[in-house]
Amino acid sequence: MTAGVSFRALAGRRGRRGVAEAGWGRTAAAALVSLVYFLPVLFIIFTAIKPQELALSVPPTISPTSLFGLIPDQFVFPPTLENFSSVFSRVMTTGSAPEPTGFDLYFFNSIVIATVSVLLALVLGTLAAYGFSRYPLKGNDTYLFIILTTRMLPAIVVIIPVILMFRAAGLSGSYLGIILLYTAFNLAFTIWMMKSFFDELSSDVEDAARIDGSSETKVFLKICLPQVVAGLAATFVFGLILTWNEFLFALLLTSTDTRTVPVAMNQAVSSGGRGTDWTLLAAIETLFLIPVFLVTFFLQNHLLRGVTFGTVKR
Amino acid sequence: MSVTQIARTSPALLVVSPDNWRLAIAVGLLVSAPAVAALPPGTSFWVVGAMVALVAAAFVVNAWRRRYYGGLLVAPAIAVLFVMNIFPLLWSLGLSFFAYQSNLQSIRFVGLYNYTKVLTNEIAAPDNWNALVNTGMFVVLTVSAQMIVGFLLAMMFAKEFPLRRYLLILVLTPMMLSVVAAGVFFTYYYDPTFGILSYVVNSIAGGQFILMSSKAGAVAGIVFADAWMWSPFVMLLVLAGLVSVPKYLYEAAAIDRVSAWRRFWCITFPYIRGLLMLALLFRTIEAFKLADLVILLTKGGNDTMTISYQLIRIANEQNKTSEGAAISYVMLFMVIVLTNLYLYLANRRNRRVET
Repeated sequence: MTAGVSFRALAGRRGRRGVAEAGWGRTAAAALVSLVYFLPVLFIIFTAIKPQELALSVPPTISPTSLFGLIPDQFVFPPTLENFSSVFSRVMTTGSAPEPTGFDLYFFNSIVIATVSVLLALVLGTLAAYGFSRYPLKGNDTYLFIILTTRMLPAIVVIIPVILMFRAAGLSGSYLGIILLYTAFNLAFTIWMMKSFFDELSSDVEDAARIDGSSETKVFLKICLPQVVAGLAATFVFGLILTWNEFLFALLLTSTDTRTVPVAMNQAVSSGGRGTDWTLLAAIETLFLIPVFLVTFFLQNHLLRGVTFGTVKR
Repeated sequence: MSVTQIARTSPALLVVSPDNWRLAIAVGLLVSAPAVAALPPGTSFWVVGAMVALVAAAFVVNAWRRRYYGGLLVAPAIAVLFVMNIFPLLWSLGLSFFAYQSNLQSIRFVGLYNYTKVLTNEIAAPDNWNALVNTGMFVVLTVSAQMIVGFLLAMMFAKEFPLRRYLLILVLTPMMLSVVAAGVFFTYYYDPTFGILSYVVNSIAGGQFILMSSKAGAVAGIVFADAWMWSPFVMLLVLAGLVSVPKYLYEAAAIDRVSAWRRFWCITFPYIRGLLMLALLFRTIEAFKLADLVILLTKGGNDTMTISYQLIRIANEQNKTSEGAAISYVMLFMVIVLTNLYLYLANRRNRRVET
């Protein structure tokens, strides 16, 4: 602990890592670029609050308000929240009462499966990355490359052995099976990403702490981990995004009880043979976007602040 | 002292001790082999699993007693990867030497027949080669577009300015969309009758604009959608590198009046090189697997078939599992060659910088 405090003081003298300041001019430029970049997403969100019959109108309706007369009336649609309620319960056959669609369960499944597997991959992957970085094994690079190869093959090739294996083990359709599969799926990226962060750290501080009598565990927890918070945040966000939207494994390995939203979304949108239900798809996607959006937004500080105390590289 | 001396040497094969991993492997093999042969698959899976756990435990105790921290830290991750990824991969490698269809019961060893068929057969091979060439084109176009756009976006957000975090999250959002939803909405944007793109082009240029009517248009449409979704990935990695550059280096450079170009190459670039490499590596690997956007946007029409989509058709729609496995191993070989080339170049540069 004493080591941590003294190095923090030392770091203060050497100046922080970080970013330079730019003024409102940069804000204006960035706002323009970001808004243009965001437009396709904005259109999906607007489609979610569109009345169903206007989804495929010509000319396309693009805005819920006329922005004080800036946008001509033919492009404006009256906003509605009906699509969001029909995500959770809607009329399945004409004339009958609305039925629950089970989407509350699918959202719950998506949250549980993605969170547990990404956290598990983060813990196992960070430990492994630290091992690969600090205590290289014989043939270290070969191990790392084999780990990378697991991400190279399309999921469709691995899926048949996995299905057979899960059936034999009784894991098919269970939370445990899909969570372990996603953990493995995230591990390759986690290990490579965290290793590149650990490699960047200077070993001076760690060696000094060891001389001061810190144990290996303490060096890892108190010296190394705080310096790679940005990497942990970035890895968590990437893993979450990939797992959250994974479709093929979820389609083939989940049962009705453990089904995730991407699978249910695909079924809800394409069922009934009436072509794509645009407003329903947009409503599901908008709701589905909110959790990852919030997580990313709150982790953004860690993503951008970089390391918490600046030690000199090499 | 003597205690550490004893702990440093491995126990002999027949000594029963928790760190005797050789004995654990021997017991594991002796128990597993008859279990697999005699018991039904549901039970034998768990027996083999217990044996694997036994060997793993022996390795852990061994590593702990002899202070092989590297092995200890790496083991759990490798174990999960082995069971969930490497084992199925080896299984499908094995399948590629058999004639096996997932909808039929029969299985027969055919050696390299599947490989010669997918690569040289007069009927099947031209489609595969064509799909491979298309995949190469998509890899070059999408990855370079993502690297350039992502890098420029990162440079834009590299400085602190008012409202920065709110604008940044807008740029990050495309990456968070589910590919299915994004792809379906891009079919709408590109739609010749209802789509926004066609509406805008028609009302400006007149006439009927159909993006997907030519190969160039279809490729541009797919590349645009893919680059739009995944440039933020590159941006975020580059940004993570940029914020870790120590400020005092720039201050020193300002005092020495170093030119902006030199400042970039000598200060900024070394800090982001590793992460740029990582972005390039992972985006290339993902680009080789490009299939869902193609399925949604063109269904492989207009000569936009990619090898991954071809694979899905063969392995899933035509149930030719082992042929699909053969194609994917040909593909894996190419990705491995390419990624090794990247890593070789990166390491060579690394060494040159250090010496």
